[in-house]
Amino acid sequence: MSAPSALTQIQQQIREAASHQRPIRIRGGGTKDFYGESLRGEVLDMGRLTGVIDYEPSELVVTAWAGTPLAEIEALLATQNQYLAFEPPAFAPGTTLGGVVAAGLSGPRRATVGGVRDFVLGASLLSSQGELLKFGGRVMKNVAGFDVSRLLVGSLGILGPIADVSIKVLPCPRLEVTLAFEMTAAESVRAFNRWLRTPIPVSATSWWGGQARVRLSGMPTAVEEGVRQLNGERVPTAEAAIWWAQLRHHQHPFLNREQPLWRMSIPATSPLLSIAGEVLIEWAGALRWVRSTTPASDLRAAASALGGSAALWHGGPSQPMSAPLAPGVLALHRRLKSQFDPLGIFNPDRLIVGI
Amino acid sequence: MSEVSAPASANDGSDGPFAIPAPEKKRLLVAALRALLPVDAVLDTPHDLTVYECDGLAAFRQIPVAVVLPRTEQEVVSIVKLCHAWDVPVVARGAGTGLSGGALPHAAGVLLSLARMNRIVSLDQVAGTARVEPGVRNLAISEAAAPMGLYYAPDPSSQIACTIGGNIAENSGGVHCLKYGLTLHNVLRLRGVTIEGELIECGSEALDAPGLDLLSIVVGSEGLLLVVTEITVRLLPKPPCARVVLASFSTVSQAGDAVAAIIAAGIIPAGLEMMDRGVAMAVEPFVHAGYDLTAAAILLIESDGTVAEVEDEIAWLSVLLTKVGAQSIAISHSESERLRFWSGRKNAFPAAGRISPDYYCMDGTIPRKHLGRVLESIQAMEAKYDLKCINVFHAGDGNLHPLILFDANVPGQWERADRFGSEIVELCVALGGTITGEHGVGIEKINSMCVQFSDSERAIFSAVKVAFDAKGLLNPGKVIPTLRRCAEYGRQHVHLGVLPFSDLPRF
Repeated sequence: MSAPSALTQIQQQIREAASHQRPIRIRGGGTKDFYGESLRGEVLDMGRLTGVIDYEPSELVVTAWAGTPLAEIEALLATQNQYLAFEPPAFAPGTTLGGVVAAGLSGPRRATVGGVRDFVLGASLLSSQGELLKFGGRVMKNVAGFDVSRLLVGSLGILGPIADVSIKVLPCPRLEVTLAFEMTAAESVRAFNRWLRTPIPVSATSWWGGQARVRLSGMPTAVEEGVRQLNGERVPTAEAAIWWAQLRHHQHPFLNREQPLWRMSIPATSPLLSIAGEVLIEWAGALRWVRSTTPASDLRAAASALGGSAALWHGGPSQPMSAPLAPGVLALHRRLKSQFDPLGIFNPDRLIVGI
Repeated sequence: MSEVSAPASANDGSDGPFAIPAPEKKRLLVAALRALLPVDAVLDTPHDLTVYECDGLAAFRQIPVAVVLPRTEQEVVSIVKLCHAWDVPVVARGAGTGLSGGALPHAAGVLLSLARMNRIVSLDQVAGTARVEPGVRNLAISEAAAPMGLYYAPDPSSQIACTIGGNIAENSGGVHCLKYGLTLHNVLRLRGVTIEGELIECGSEALDAPGLDLLSIVVGSEGLLLVVTEITVRLLPKPPCARVVLASFSTVSQAGDAVAAIIAAGIIPAGLEMMDRGVAMAVEPFVHAGYDLTAAAILLIESDGTVAEVEDEIAWLSVLLTKVGAQSIAISHSESERLRFWSGRKNAFPAAGRISPDYYCMDGTIPRKHLGRVLESIQAMEAKYDLKCINVFHAGDGNLHPLILFDANVPGQWERADRFGSEIVELCVALGGTITGEHGVGIEKINSMCVQFSDSERAIFSAVKVAFDAKGLLNPGKVIPTLRRCAEYGRQHVHLGVLPFSDLPRF
């Protein structure tokens, strides 16, 4: 189906649902159904709205319809030696660009080059009248009006379905080298933060099972200089690629076992948490995956005390995935929701129960 | 000399419902503010108020009812609560260096200067962060972090004076933002006060936070959503080495092609700036930068990183620039030479002021590929409006700063400059760009918002505004034009970069 006719169908379905005030469940590839709170309403299939609208490598921008598979976009960029530097995860085949933006999840480079939000340049939103509203644009700098396109990142559809996205791309690094170090978790967090404060071109860090891994990316001279300074054990290229892909796409066994998995997003320099359970560290310590049966309230309190938050990624007791919001911020969410979606039809309860 | 000094319709309240209070109500308001604040924190004499009548866009001036200068967050809370209860508009202001009139006072309102909230709360060398109050100057953050080998990357040209609070309001850029990002990309968290006096945290010192990403909507909101009281910024390691390549071209389109070729070759320089001959001619007698005055366009390309990395990148750049037809290439070999190469670009605005009584700076952004076409169109507009225009660009990110030269004392010239500017801005939108890349909408480009956004899109901006500030008291009359204003402005909304009746010739 062509994008214009898919868009027309989608708009019709929205208007129909709006006229009956029926909730709509926005779905791209359906690969992140586990993510967020409740799934409610009739499915609005954005997966039919596919195709790259514009890609000019020298402009460093790709624009595509929301249902375009992430794999298709990444393959296209690879032909020009470019990539999505925020390394969005694809938990299963079928991940779409719209889903990447709506979920707002980023991969191993988050701590060094930024997240999805930092690369979104523009997006279109569908209103509950089915109207296509464009925000941002296809240029690097744009301060005309509020930055609504970036507000959509991580909104999980509660403000409306995303129809298309313009995203900044970057040239692939000329060279990447991964180094491994035997060290404790606490030593790794200290080392990562020390290295990130130097000009060494660190692009990703991880610690698991007694081993820290650090990826350097950039101009060959700078990477080789960094390799000499850090003096770790060079990980064979293929093995390194598998390691970072396993972390990025959650294919690593640690991230896939049945025991409750907590996602602790905390300031990178936070000390190790005194919580019983195994830990896998990313983002120089700012992201800590914890396998633990410790009560949720204890984990949430620990993260909150450090100025971060804990989300129950999967498994475990039935309770909200995300940490609760401060009352003033929650009230603001309610008001934004009722302004963007007065009928309350888009993904109710998906981001926050009751909104 | 001023950017624009001609009379223009000031913020007369036509976009807001707030009537100018009677003298008695003014006196009561000032008395109530004095009851909340130390004696030196409330100004209301005509002499004191005049200092605050405009920001960097001097064409628009307005005297507020009072100026308040709080020193603490609690004082900000008490001021906005009072104004909320009394339905009094509040306009926040940092250093007043903004170029779009975002800090223009409201005739019925209070001007809230955050200049005295200028403490660096803490610096964390290990985390690479700084917590600062909004009145801290941009450059002061980098100066404080320098002993740690760190700096704050966004460097708007006014960085010596502009405040971080103002940078948050405008999502300021600078000459290095292609590589290091805008303000948004370098801020982790902020705390602000709603007009109702409630404290709100956006973002986090962690890398994400639950709920909507409110930080991205507050940064760049031009003082319409929150009064920001504390900010955590990210600090980067200072690159050990920076060098500049100066390349000149016999045509503008060649220079544009060179920019595309650099990006296509996989190089993201730390800075990538272009200036046309008009600018080179204006600045060279003034700064003696050594620019090639026979060139139609000059590129300044900065490479930063380790010494070896920079050497590598410069070698790549030299080969590439020769291949795309640069007529001359010079490479800085010392810090003083690097600064000399930059001196012309950095003095473009003052030089414009030197060769012309007044100038009007535009700020559109376009897809880079249209650079040549836009410059040709601007040349045609010079004839049409009988005014000269010289051009500097942040070429790396397609952000144009045409400087329209005029003399406000010659009747009709400001009106022609204004129409000239509007035509440039509308061309940017038609080519898929935007009316403002980094200076903000403020009061200056409020009419152009009617061109870039449809009624329904502007309704979303109003919806965001209402969610934060239902009474519309924070910086009223800025950024979001009323339906009536757009109807009166009478320009067509240009959608998706396509003009209606695109088959008709337009000049």
